[in-house]
Amino acid sequence: MTALELQQKSVLYRKNILKYIYGAKAGHTGGSLSCIDILNVLYNYTLNVSPENFTSPDRDRYIQSKGHTVEALFVVLADKGFFPESDLETLCQYKSHYIGHPTRKVNGVEQNTGALGHGLPLSVGTALAAKMDERDYRVFTLLGDGELPEGSNWEAALTASHYKLDNLCAIIDHNKLQITASTKEVCDTNPIDDKFESFGWAVRHVDGHDVAALKEAFDAMPFEPNKPSLIIAHTIKGKGVSYMENVLKWHHGVPSEAQYHEAIEELDAVMATL
Amino acid sequence: MGAIIEKEIETGKANLEVFSSTLQELAATDRDIIAVTSDSRGSGKLVPFGQKFPKQIVEIGIAEQNLVGVAAGLASAGKKVFAVSPACFLTARALEQIKNDVAYSDNPVKLIGISAGVSYGALGTTHHSLHDYAVLRAINNITIVAPADNFETEQAIAQAAALEQPFYIRFGKKQMPLLQPDSESTFEFGKGRVVREGDDLTFVATGETVYPALQAAAKLEKEQGISATVISMHTIKPLDTGLLEKVAAAGKPIITVEEHSVYGGLGEACASFLFQSGHRNAFKIMGIPDEYTVTGSQNDIFNHYGLSESGLAEAALTLLNP
Repeated sequence: MTALELQQKSVLYRKNILKYIYGAKAGHTGGSLSCIDILNVLYNYTLNVSPENFTSPDRDRYIQSKGHTVEALFVVLADKGFFPESDLETLCQYKSHYIGHPTRKVNGVEQNTGALGHGLPLSVGTALAAKMDERDYRVFTLLGDGELPEGSNWEAALTASHYKLDNLCAIIDHNKLQITASTKEVCDTNPIDDKFESFGWAVRHVDGHDVAALKEAFDAMPFEPNKPSLIIAHTIKGKGVSYMENVLKWHHGVPSEAQYHEAIEELDAVMATL
Repeated sequence: MGAIIEKEIETGKANLEVFSSTLQELAATDRDIIAVTSDSRGSGKLVPFGQKFPKQIVEIGIAEQNLVGVAAGLASAGKKVFAVSPACFLTARALEQIKNDVAYSDNPVKLIGISAGVSYGALGTTHHSLHDYAVLRAINNITIVAPADNFETEQAIAQAAALEQPFYIRFGKKQMPLLQPDSESTFEFGKGRVVREGDDLTFVATGETVYPALQAAAKLEKEQGISATVISMHTIKPLDTGLLEKVAAAGKPIITVEEHSVYGGLGEACASFLFQSGHRNAFKIMGIPDEYTVTGSQNDIFNHYGLSESGLAEAALTLLNP
């Protein structure tokens, strides 16, 4: 997929995220909008994952540690044909499989996540299995910057470098806000790069909304031989909807009818320029 | 119940040793068998396993949350994973990983809780696991097993390896007598094993407390002419309610015995079933009470709380003669 096609997909995905969150009157809006370009590039360019090969032991794995931004994952999986998009009309409804965090009851989801600090250990185990079985698949996991204080991340970071898991790529959606305040105010984890490098990882910074830069970064993994790769993706919480960008309340804010239409108009205007 | 069957109690090995040898047998013919350890290969008796199958053991270091998360990832990719760690740390520190990464995500990890209960004796409460049945019983999709002897241990490990579902299997480290000749025994998850038959009361015990229950039954027979049934309820969840129903129907007293808090374990599981199904047998839960656990060896602690030949016999007499 070309950079232009990916940019168009990103706008479509943003509109769908808003549509289904608006419909469900629930969801993690800001974070879904910050990570959607990353998921877009992964599923439309990088991963060898499709509904057809989803049971193949050789497929690449994507495990979403920041499970609360499940709306981003669901709209991408629907677009890739894992399930009909209309299923998302049941988002968060009674007896729906499409709940507020990823579950394997939804086709295309690798692991049930939602509690933070779980994606990296799961990904390390999956990447280790690939090494044991001499399979070529790669494992990608998306973390929020707000979940970095979870100790299990650092336990897993040690294991990843200890076992030289160069088939593992962790991406941090570094939108610099969490539910209470900025990540700097809540628990400053900077410098993230130095910390991971000292844990034996190879680290790159990338603009998490630049699809060309994301493609290039994923293509470059492993960044160093025998080391796990970390991408610190600099993003904007609420990206694409001006009134949401960098505004704390949109962590799990749901737009009103007027706000919803305003957001869609803004995204349509962007689409018209592409 | 039928006639009393007196059996010679042969001395066996520690269940932990049998776990290790069984896992080695499985690994020899199946390269997907993987042991994951948290600096616990020595205490898990897995040093020989590591020497024979260096590519089938994953050392995590002392990081139990990561141990379980990594084990779940390995299992999701088709490995038959035994995550081995002291029961106290495995089921407390890594409880959220057990709940989400193993049980909820249905990654078929076999969690092996070693040196369970008060096996660590005088090392104290940090090293005791008296909560594990209780917390895991409240989590959907995990089978909880406490083998009583070497036979049950071997069967539990071999059968669990063949099943693609989550398990928690715990045992201690002391030598365990064989409760029955193997030829007379069968083992099936979720089916209690009747190791002694009697008419006057029933001990429903699990793990390393089955043997003292059997000793108490023999003492009651010899000294009081009271005959007791002894059941090894090796699977705490799912509970063998069919067997409990059968036992309760005789109307005789029931004593549950476990190396666990009296809260939330085998006893309360049995009580809950029996009460809700209308049975009103005289009933007593023998376990560790809700207090700062007395200090001492495993035997000292068992004796102190009546999880012993004489303590259980006394509990039976009290229940029979209120």
